[in-house]
Order: sequence, then structure tokens, then C-alpha cells
Amino acid sequence: MQHLKKAVVTGVALLTAFTLAGCTTSSTGGGDNAGADPAACAPSDGDVTLSFTSWIPGIEDVVAQWNEANPEIQVEVQTGPNGNSGTYKSFFSQLEAGNAPDLGQIEYDALSSFRVQDGLEDLSACEDIVAAEEEFIPWTWGQVTLGSDGVYGVPQDSGPMALFYRADLFEENGIEIPTTWDEYKEAARAVRDAGGYITNFSTADINQFAGFVWQTGGGWFSNDGEQWTVDLAGEQSKTVADYWQELLDEDLVATHPAWTEEWNNAYNSGEVWTWNSAVWGANSISSGAPDTSGKWAVAPSPQWEEGASAAGNWGGSSIAVFKGTDHLYEAAKFALWLNTSEEALTALNESANIYPATTEGLSLPSLQEGVEFYGGQKIYDVFAEAAEQVNPDFVWGPTMTQTYADVSDGFQKAVTGQGTLLEALESAQSSTVSALKAQSIPVAE
Amino acid sequence: MSLLTRTQGATTDAPRARGPREHIVSRVGALLIMGVFTLYFLVPIWWLFIAATKDRGQLLTTNALWFADWNLFANIGDLISYGDGIYLRWLLNSLGYAGLGALLATVFAGMCGYALAKYRFPGREVFFNVVLGGVLVPATALALPLFLLFSQVNLTNTFWAVLLPSIVSPFGVYLARIYAASSVPDELIEAARLDGSGEVRTFFTVSTRLMAPALVTVFLFQFVSIWNNFFLPLIMLRSQELFPVTYGLYAWNTQLNQIPELRTYVLVGAFLSIVPLIIAFLLLQRFWRNGLGTGSVK
Repeated sequence: MQHLKKAVVTGVALLTAFTLAGCTTSSTGGGDNAGADPAACAPSDGDVTLSFTSWIPGIEDVVAQWNEANPEIQVEVQTGPNGNSGTYKSFFSQLEAGNAPDLGQIEYDALSSFRVQDGLEDLSACEDIVAAEEEFIPWTWGQVTLGSDGVYGVPQDSGPMALFYRADLFEENGIEIPTTWDEYKEAARAVRDAGGYITNFSTADINQFAGFVWQTGGGWFSNDGEQWTVDLAGEQSKTVADYWQELLDEDLVATHPAWTEEWNNAYNSGEVWTWNSAVWGANSISSGAPDTSGKWAVAPSPQWEEGASAAGNWGGSSIAVFKGTDHLYEAAKFALWLNTSEEALTALNESANIYPATTEGLSLPSLQEGVEFYGGQKIYDVFAEAAEQVNPDFVWGPTMTQTYADVSDGFQKAVTGQGTLLEALESAQSSTVSALKAQSIPVAE
Repeated sequence: MSLLTRTQGATTDAPRARGPREHIVSRVGALLIMGVFTLYFLVPIWWLFIAATKDRGQLLTTNALWFADWNLFANIGDLISYGDGIYLRWLLNSLGYAGLGALLATVFAGMCGYALAKYRFPGREVFFNVVLGGVLVPATALALPLFLLFSQVNLTNTFWAVLLPSIVSPFGVYLARIYAASSVPDELIEAARLDGSGEVRTFFTVSTRLMAPALVTVFLFQFVSIWNNFFLPLIMLRSQELFPVTYGLYAWNTQLNQIPELRTYVLVGAFLSIVPLIIAFLLLQRFWRNGLGTGSVK
């Protein structure tokens, strides 16, 4: 019996050691599979097949158009769940194993984390890419250069923010549509008196909160080329956090968990009256609150200063080329076509409501039409204007998954009355700094 | 249980009057607890069933636990035709991974456990204990190392990438060994040998019959765990055509914000995807209970 016990222990210890060894190898030395030469951007000989991973619904049909027109550069599409729901994890393990696809969909807020792991090709080696800069809305280009001289992706879409509101309810109750955040607070009190909530404060969508901070001109991260600075609880963040804290304290906003049936229902039943959200939110409302069709409208986001015109951004992604590709030139060519050509942008907009990142893309025919759900308003005009007003200097950090999770934890507590939003940001500030250090990323204290 | 109470009551006179009352109370209590749990487990399935019968508009606006317009078959039709019938493909993939995987796992675990129980060879206990240790290692922890291994031999994103890791079942080996030791008499094997039967033939014609309850248990166990295994396909697979149904539905679910009609498909798809499991359980539950019980007593 003693013998048996001992053997079990040894066996378990051995297995654990194997497993741990597996984990260790996989978490260190990211992406040294890239080959020695800094890939030159030159055409390959002969026919080329590229692999491309994206979770955009209907992307296969868009790529099929390319494949038909370019028999010498065929693109194979691979799909999966949204980036943070699994595809990024796959990218990292594929980079580790040296079999990453040539191209991949990466949201702006995740691009840095791939960059610090040296997982991305610098596209500035390609002339076409450099020349294409002026086609894009300037701030989206800033999202893919990551504040450096390199270019680490081609911007695909953006999520400029504006205010969705229940036009009918505001009118019935004689409440003015707020144009500043101060007026928004006033309106919130009036709405509460009328039995509703002006909006729902989401503790899960930290990137929305980042969008609020973005609108103030503030930022959370910066990188001077040598080290990172983390500023989650800086002056502007404090302004925004205090503002929402006050709304929470006065019970002026609802706090349903975002993206649940309960949340949908709050909008569908008219309990919640506005949502300061990104352009793609237009579809979230129409699908989540079908009974309110025709009653919504869109106005520019409330401003911090009267007469100002700043917009935040929530979401948006890029197409990046992974280290280790043998076909940088072709990959760049495809990425440019996908994100600048009118036929691709039209198809992406139709199949997945992708809101283009190019200046010309904003005037796609499908974005000029009135939308029935919003009482026939040409809502995309509002967003096109907002898209030009987004601050170009906002930089995402290299550990956003962790930062989001920590801020979200703190916000959830704050909403139930333990601590404040600002305290949550302060605590996430220190945990983010530790997380950067733990990955040996140089960070200023 | 009831027998025990009665004999206790019989030894002393005083508590006899209380005996039956306790009996009822405990019985009602047990029923109540079981009822609560049954409800607890069945309500989500009921919700899923109801949700699968509604169209998208009614999903949010009508009572979540009762029928609105009956749209189940229209929904199923839409689901099956969406994306060139990719859902059926996923369902078949799942059946392939789980069915074939569980079958092979059962054969291997059965042979392995039988060998460990019936043959004496050096290192037998060490071997068995290492396998036993394998029960303690969660499959999730192995997914990433497996991915790197499969990358070395260019097998990621293939059918094999999910099937091969699924055909090992340490728990199955354990159960098969325990069960073989108690249910297959050495004398029988000896008799088979004397009659000129080879070892392999003896195993397949004589021993497997005796081990059947344990093997069914292993099969069911493995079938369910492969069917529900989500992390391995997530790590291994890129091509939509290879997804099992769990992973496919998950991928759809993450795209709800962009394509709202997927909500209905995810719900109907989830409902249809549990049907094979329910069928497997109903058909095999008798064996399942026997096999598990045997394992625990030993």
C-alpha cells in the first residue's frame, strides 16, 4: 500500500512536471520563429497562397471576389470566434509554434500586445502601404503605427461614438437633447423623475469607458520608444470617473449587465433612454430592442466644453501581417485591397456592418441612406462627422486584456457600492504596471 | 433506508410512534430536495426549448418560459440552410469526434485495463499509477502542449488534431482494470487457453462480454467528454468545416453584435445539439449506473 501511494505521487509529480514544462516553453521567447532577415517587401515568384484568419461574418464572400480577380494570389479564409474570445489566444500559440497565418484580424486595442511579442511584420517596408496613409482617416492610421515609425497593420474599421436617444420619450417629456455632459446630467435627473434611466452604465465594456476618456483628449498609455507610461487614473480619467460616479450615486443610471437579455429588455421596454455608443451600436439596438423601431435618433456625443466637437471611439480593427510570412508583398497588397477598395468596403459593410476607416469609405452609398429604425434619419452622417473628430493620440497598452479585466472587476464593485470608479482605476493602474513588469516590458513608474 | 428505520424502531418501544413520522418527513424532505434539483436542472433546458420555438422578435418580448407562436420547424429550417448547411456539418463532426473517439478510447482502455488486471509483468503497478495520475491532469492544461506537438508534425487544423488526443482515457483504464479484476475469473481465461484460444481472441470473445457494463460506462463517459470538449478544438482548429458543434455555436455567439439573426440560430442549434446526448443517456443509462457503482464499491 505504501509502495502504491509512493508510486502514485511520483506519477503525478512526473505528469505535473511535463505539463508545467509544456506551459513554460509556450509562454517564453514569443515569436523567434520569424527567420533572420527583416523581410523585404518584394513580389514572390510564381503563384502565392495566403492564409487569413478573421471572424468577420461573411468575409469568405468578400475574399472570393479577390480570388476571382487575382488568380496568382489566392487567399484562404479561416474563421473563429471574436479576438478576445479565443482567436488571439490561437494567434499567440501559432506564433509560438511557427505556423501563424499570413494575415489576421486584430482589433486596435490588441495590436500592441502582438507588437511587444514581436509577432507582427512592419509594413512600412512596403511602398504601397506607405503611400496609402493619406487614404485613411488620420487617427485610424495612428492606431496601427503605435506611435512608432513602423506600420503594424492596415486599418479596417472604426467605431466613432455618438449619442443614441429615444426621440419620442425626450419629446413627450419636454426634455432637451443634451449637448454637454452637464446638460446630460440635468437631463438624467429629469428622465429619472419621468420614471426612466438616462442610460445604462456598463461595467463590462471598459473600452467604452476608454472611449469616454478618449473624447476628453486624455489617454491611458504612452510609449516613447523605450518605455511605457501607464496613466489609467490621470486627470481626464478622473474627470470622467467622477462624473459617472456622481450619476451612479444619485441613482440616475441603470446598471444592468451589458449584452444580456436583461440589458436588451431595459432598452426594449423604454426603461433606458440613451446610449453613448459606437456606430456599430446602431445594430445592437435594432436587434436588442425590436419594439422601439422608429423611436430612436442619433445626435453627436455630449461635450465636456460647450461648443466643442470631440468624439470618442469604441472598437475598430486592423488587418495585420504576422511574423514568419513568406509573402509580405502579396499580403500587404491584399490587406490594402480589402480595406480601401470600394467593392470590398461595400461588401464588408453589407455583410457585417463594417464601418470603413478610409475617408472615402465614409461616403459609401449604403451609408448615405436614411435608416428606418431611426425614424428615417441619415444616422451615418452624424458618425461620419464624429469619425473626423477623434483624437489621434490615443494609444493602447500591451496588456489590455488584463487591464480590462481589472478595471471591470473594480467597476462591478463600485456599482454595488464598494469603492468608487476612480479607486478601481487606481488599483488597475498598479496592477497594470506589475503586469507589464512581469512580462519584462520596460515601464516608467 | 426504510428497512433500517423499521428495525431500529423495533428494538426500542418508545420511539416507535415517532418512527413512521420521521419516515414521512425524511421522505418528503428527500422528495422536496430532489424536486428542487430536478427543477433547477430542467428549467434551463425548458427555457432553451421554448426559446427555440420563437422567432427573434418574440424572444425578448414574450414570456421566457411559455410558448408564443410556434416557429420551431421554421427556425430549424433556417438554421440548417444558414451558411450552406454548416450547422449539419458541425453536428456530423461532433458525432465523428465523439463517436469514433469514444469507441477507440473504449477499446484501448478496455484492453489496457484488462492487461493490467490479468497479466503480471514488471513495472505493472508503476505503469498503472502513472495512468492514474493522468486522471488528475485536466485536459485544458494539455491543450497547448498538444498544439505545439501537433504543429511539429503539421497536423493542426485537421480531423486528427481533435480525434487523436480524444482516444486516451486514463479514467477508462482505471475502471476497466478494476472491473476486469472482479468480473473476469482467472479460471475462465485458463479454460480458454486450454481450449486453444489465443490471448487476443479470449479478450474479444470472452472477456469483453463480461466487462460490458464497464465498457459501456467508459464509452458514455468519453462520448460526453469529447462532445463537450471545447478548449481543444478552440486551440487546434481554424477551418470552419472541421469545427465540432460546440465550438461552432460559440463562434456564432461571439458574433451576435454584428449579425443579430444568429441569436435564434445559436439557441436552436444549442437545443438540437443536446438531443444526441439525451438519446445516448436514455439508451445507456442503465449500464452507466451499474458501471459507476461497481467502480465505487471496489
